[in-house]
Parts: sequence; C-alpha cells; structure tokens
Amino acid sequence: MSSSFPSPETITRVELPNGVTVLVYETFGSPSVVLSGYLWAGALSETPAQAGLAGFTSGMLLRGTETRSFGQINDELESVGARLGFRSGVHTVGFGGKALAEDLDLLLDILADGLQQPTFPGDEAEKLRGQILTNLERRAHDTRRMASLAFNELLYPDHPYGRSVSGYLETVSALGREELVGYYRAHYAPQGLVIAVVGAVSPQTAVERVRAALGDWQSHGVTPNRSAPPPVHLAEARRRTVAIEGKTQADLVLGWPGLARSDTDYMAARLANTILGVFGMMGRLGDHVREELGLAYYVYSQLEAGYGAGPWTAIAGVNPANVQQAIDGILQEVRRLRDEPVPAEELADSQAFLTGSMPLRLETNEGVAATLLDMERYDLGLDYLLRYADLVNAVTVGDVQAVAQKYLNPEVYALAVAGPEA
Amino acid sequence: MTILKHTLDNGLTVLLLQNRRAPVTTFWVWYRVGSRNEVPGITGIAHWAEHMLFKGSEAFPKGQIDKLIARNGGMQNGFTWLDFTTFFETLPADRADLALRIEADRMAKALFDADEVALERSVIISERQGAENEPVFLLSEEVSAAAFRVHPYHHETIGDMCDLERISHEQLWHHYQTYYGPNNAIAVAVGDFDATQMLARIEETFGPIPARSDPPPVNRPEPPQRGERRVTLVGAGTTSYLQVAYRAPAASDPDFFPLAVLTTVLTGASGMNLFASSPPNRSSRLYRALVETGLAANVSGSLAAMLDPYLYNIVATVRAGQTPAQVEAALDEQMDRVLTEPISAEELESAVKRTKAEFAYSSESVTNQGYWLGYSSVVADVDWFESFVDRLEAVTVEDVARVAQVYLSQRNRTVGHYLPEALSEAVA
Repeated sequence: MSSSFPSPETITRVELPNGVTVLVYETFGSPSVVLSGYLWAGALSETPAQAGLAGFTSGMLLRGTETRSFGQINDELESVGARLGFRSGVHTVGFGGKALAEDLDLLLDILADGLQQPTFPGDEAEKLRGQILTNLERRAHDTRRMASLAFNELLYPDHPYGRSVSGYLETVSALGREELVGYYRAHYAPQGLVIAVVGAVSPQTAVERVRAALGDWQSHGVTPNRSAPPPVHLAEARRRTVAIEGKTQADLVLGWPGLARSDTDYMAARLANTILGVFGMMGRLGDHVREELGLAYYVYSQLEAGYGAGPWTAIAGVNPANVQQAIDGILQEVRRLRDEPVPAEELADSQAFLTGSMPLRLETNEGVAATLLDMERYDLGLDYLLRYADLVNAVTVGDVQAVAQKYLNPEVYALAVAGPEA
Repeated sequence: MTILKHTLDNGLTVLLLQNRRAPVTTFWVWYRVGSRNEVPGITGIAHWAEHMLFKGSEAFPKGQIDKLIARNGGMQNGFTWLDFTTFFETLPADRADLALRIEADRMAKALFDADEVALERSVIISERQGAENEPVFLLSEEVSAAAFRVHPYHHETIGDMCDLERISHEQLWHHYQTYYGPNNAIAVAVGDFDATQMLARIEETFGPIPARSDPPPVNRPEPPQRGERRVTLVGAGTTSYLQVAYRAPAASDPDFFPLAVLTTVLTGASGMNLFASSPPNRSSRLYRALVETGLAANVSGSLAAMLDPYLYNIVATVRAGQTPAQVEAALDEQMDRVLTEPISAEELESAVKRTKAEFAYSSESVTNQGYWLGYSSVVADVDWFESFVDRLEAVTVEDVARVAQVYLSQRNRTVGHYLPEALSEAVA
C-alpha cells in the first residue's frame, strides 16, 4: 500500500529564485485542483496592543487589489464555483483555494493579486472590522471558545501563544488602516512562502503556472519571522473560571505546556495522546469520562505540537454540576498513563490506527496538500510517508510512559472552565 | 457514474457505486426513520436510539466498534436528522468487509442494555444543553415550531427536555423493533471494490435478517400557511440574530430544482462536503445587501432536500449597533425584487455552474459520495441523485420566476428575532 503514497518519485518540489517553494502532486481522475500554502506573516510579530492585526491584515488581502475590487474577486471566483481564502495563525498566514481543474489559472491569478498588490480600501477595512468585532462579541458568550481563550492566557502569560490571534474588542477597535498596510509591508514576502498544488494538473504545468503568478514577486528588505518563541514552564497549578450568563453547559480545558513538532519526543507524545484521548472515540478519556461515568457529551485530548511548543490539553463539555467529577476523571486517566505501563496491545492498537488511517487522510486533494505542507514546514523530507510506519512502530511502552511522566503532571496543570455561574 | 441497484428478498435496498480514485471504501446503512416519525412524549427517541446502537451487541461489545474501526485505520459515525438515521464506516478498501459485519449486526442484534440506557440519558441531556448554549439553536427551534403546527418537523431532532427526562428503556427498544428492519433500510457502498463480489457479501451478511412489519406511516401533513408568523426570543449574550423561514417544496417536487437555483442566487451554493464548511458565497444577493452594507456580520441560507415539504431557512447574525428589524427590512427589499423581476441569464448560468462544481467536489471523497447517494435515496430516489445536474441545467429563468411567486411571499414565511436580554427593551 505504501508504494502508492506520495514519495520523492511522485512529488515535484521546485524552489523559485525569489524564495518560493512549489510542491506539486498530480491526482488522476479528480475534477478539481487544490491550492494551499503559507507564508511567515502570522501573529508572532504583533505587539500585545496590536492583537488581531495579523488576522485583520490577512483578511484584507482579497478585499481589493490594484486590479480588482472585493466584489469583482468574489464574482470571478464564485461564478465558476471556486473559492480562495487567507487565515492567520501564530506563525504563518495560510491560504487555501479550490477550483475545477480548468480554473487553476484564475485561482493563481487572484492569489498572486492578493499577495502582491492589495490596496486595503478604507471602507472595506471598516466592514471587516465590524465583522471581526461581532465575532468577538459572540466569542464572549461562547463557553467553548472562552474556555480555550482563558486556558491559553493562563498557560502562556506574556507570550505569543497566550494571545488570541483573532484579537480583542479593544485592540481590534483601535487598529488603523495604516497599521494594516504597515504589517503587510513588513511581513509579506516570497522568501519562505510554500505553495502546494494538488489535483488534475501535471507537475510541469503547475510549476510553470506558479512561476508565472508568483515568480516575479520581489520583497524589499523583508525578513520573514521564523523564530520560535521560548518554551514556558508551569511551576504551580493555575485555575481560571469564566462565568457566562444564561448557559446550560460548561466547557473545560485542562493542560500543560507540550512540545514542538521537531522535538525528539514528538512521536512518543503523539502515541500517548492517541491512547489518552483520541483512539476509537476519544481514547481512555472517552471510555472513562463519557462512557463509564456518562458525564460528558464530548471529551478528548489534543497535542498541539507545531513550530514551537504548543499546549497538550484535555477538553470536555459537561453539565455544570459535573465539572469537578469530570476533572477528577481526566486526572485519574492521566495518573494511570504515568503510573502504569500501557498494555502492549493497547499501544499496538494506536500504532495501527496512526499507520492504517493514512489512505483515508490521503483520499482527497486537500488531505494530500496538507500532508505535503507538513513535510515542508517541519522539514520531514519528501520520503516521510515511506518512513512514517517505521517511525510510529518504533515507539515503545517505555517511551509512552516516559513522555507521560515528563509532560503530564496531575498535580500541576492549568485549568480553565467557562460556563454558567456556579 | 453507474449505480447498481438491487433489492434483497428481505426488502433491503442495496446501492453500489465503484469509485477507484483511492484505495478506500465507504459503507452506509440508512434507516427511513428520524425525528419526523416521533410524536409528543417521545421526541428525541430516534437520535437516542442511534446512540444506543453504539452500546454493544454480543458480537461487538460496547466500545468495540470504535476500537475495531480505529485499529483498521478507518472512521465511523452515526447521524440522526428529521428524515433518517444512518451509520457508516470508511475503511482502507481491503478491510471493508468489517463494515458489513458491523452493520448487519447493528441491524438485528443490538442489546439495548437498561444500565446503558440510563447512562446515556445524561449524555443526551448534556448534548441538548450544549445546543442550548447556542442562540442560533434556540432561535431555530422556535422558528421550526412556529412554522410546523401539525407536521412533526415541528420539533428538533435532539428532542424536548421533558421527553429526554422520561423516555423509557421499553420505548427505545420498541423504536428499534419497529424501524430497524431490512425492509426499512438502504445499504450503500461506494469505493474501490468489485460490485459483484460486494453484492454477494451483502447478500451473505444481511440476507438472513428477517423483514419486520412495515413501520407506521407519518400522516400529518402541514396545512397551507395563511399568513406570516413571527416569534421573538430573548436570551443571553450581546448579539442579535434574524431567521426567516419560507415553506418550501419536498425534494421530489418538480419545483425543488428551480427553487434551488433561486436560493443559490439569493444566498449562495450549498456545500456538499459533509465535513467541511460551505463556500463563503460573497457574491450572493443577500450577502451584498446585508453584509456588504454593514447590517449583518454574516448571512447563510439553506434549502434542505427533504422527504416532506420543509423550509428555505435564512439566518443572519446582526452586526453590533444594528437591529434584526433593520436587517429584515433590507432582506425584504431583496425578496420583493425576486418577486417583481426575473433573475438574469448570467445569474442562472452561474448558479448552475457553482452547484455543479460543488457536486463534482463531493465526488472526490467516497464518504461524501456515499452520504449523498444514501441521503438522496431516503428523501427521493436514486434517480434524483443521478439526474441532479441534468435537472439543474434544465431550469429556466421563467421557472425561477414562477417558484418565487409560489414560495417566497411574506405570507408563506415565519420570521424569528433573537434579542439579547440587555438590548431587548431598547429594540423590541
């Protein structure tokens, strides 16, 4: 099976002179083409007072360019059933688009237009600001999002991972058009930009089209911010409760500082996390907290190992009366993962899940594109999928216990709960 | 696209579609039962019964299905909505037989253990509470209840809290015995397989399951609407919402396709990817009139294809500083426009191309394709799925103008306003 995975023989990778990396994978018999990528213009370079600036800036790229208005861009894309969007993360701004294969040129043309010559029209900025502010108002009354926001602030004080990429009412309200333009000029550059093209298009054609669209882009003295923020250390338990009126369910996030994708512990931690809160309807947490105790509608764990050390969390939605029981149930499973070696069969199950689900992940053009971008972003190599099963299967029972002991402390953790007033 | 259709002796409908793009196969079983089949006192029972079908049988004890599928690199789930209850597994193609064994077992051998029913009650109630946290759920529940006085589309699939507190083990078992016969089900396989072999294996696994009595029909058609209905809901938060629901034809009604084109012009193409959000639809008329003007933060519309006449629902999030009444007035202007002047030929062409593109995208995942094939068969028939694109292409500007008159008048709609407590007095 693995012989059919994208590999160095079937992935085309080309670096353009201006620093753009192009990855192409042709899928046969697909009517569409997917275009996906990123550049280093995320929220990392914001000051705390500018929170939301990177997201606001990326949201403006398709709201008016030297050659097209917002309305024209929407008409051109949507009249052929195509879509294209930008979204800012902490480190990078990602973009993604999809079209019928015959419309790849249009998609690339609009992408290039948005990246290279956005005009930041003032009236469009006000409209987008209004939408962002309404979204932030909604967030303030959304238990799930507020639990997550409070958790990040608690675990990462004075740190880029502790700030909301969407920003806050007061910061977004205060951002001026000149700050958007300034952020664009300071951080948008072809150096380090990666673009994957996957679908019904030959590699030669795709590379040629990307070169035509982005190959002439020159930035002027912009150095992409590719730094990883320092890891944090949690020395004492921290807890925050967010009271939200009129709610009938509470959401909680409990967790610790985790690790970066490049960390040598990564694969062991990924397996530990799979066992704890992913495998077969949310792992041990699902078995214990949801099934045995009947406490939660959802409960799972999540390892956010990215460019830097993101959080490792357990997340649950419960009746407000059951919050403490759910926390106790989660911590009980954390202790078990630390104190007892995982049965070999249970580890084998999770290994079989991670390796066996690859054909499903690679079924769609979007899935292949996401995998190619991960290879590039984390320097995994174009042969990563060929080595992947061996990497997963090399993890031992001892490795899993060791990472659980290293990262998951049942006494010292950060906990945020958002829900009705207790 | 060639769909092989077959009916087993016990009444099970089988639909097979080969799709060899990737070494993956999806297998679905659709039951013709949803919250549409419920009566007051047992609302929510179809969804709860679906949950119980993950709680074990002798062959697959509780929790085993999840683990077995995960171990084999697959995914699985179950869904309940107004017209159906469905279960699926998507697996690497060489493991697909496991799905057949699981679903045949689920159809006939579920245990419905009483202790499990008791435990699941709190999970179901917790799911309802989670939904109640969302203003748009609360608003939609009120609008549906006002739009349907007689027809069981009146209530939400999750059910009413008072019923969730009282539904008994016996009632759940009765639901299973009544609706889970092979003669009330459709099995769908899409993916990388040989159709003859697949059919033979379905025969072997499902063939021995005896048919059940025909389930009771749903005989409560909604009478014609004779005037606009309005509901106002006051609740938590600081954001207001507007929902406008027009009574719409069933999927099998010839009017469905022209109305689908018109709703695409108004609120955009519907995404057909089960697991991803709809396209942004920023070129639609209502986006321009409500969002571009700064009245709303977003607007979305959906004309769901349903077994019985249902709704064309439009929901807008009102921008801070604006009111639902202002958004409604701007919406009315656009609705008046489609009643008085025909859409342009370009709008028609673009709406058809967009929907065709979404349909093509959906064929790139066997799971999506299995979903649409099964869904179509429940709400209409296989032909509806196969001729979807042709029927859209046959729509004319005149058809669209005619259905606008029939369905999009004010007297045919229910309007809902959600007002945050803090603001309700100022704008009510």
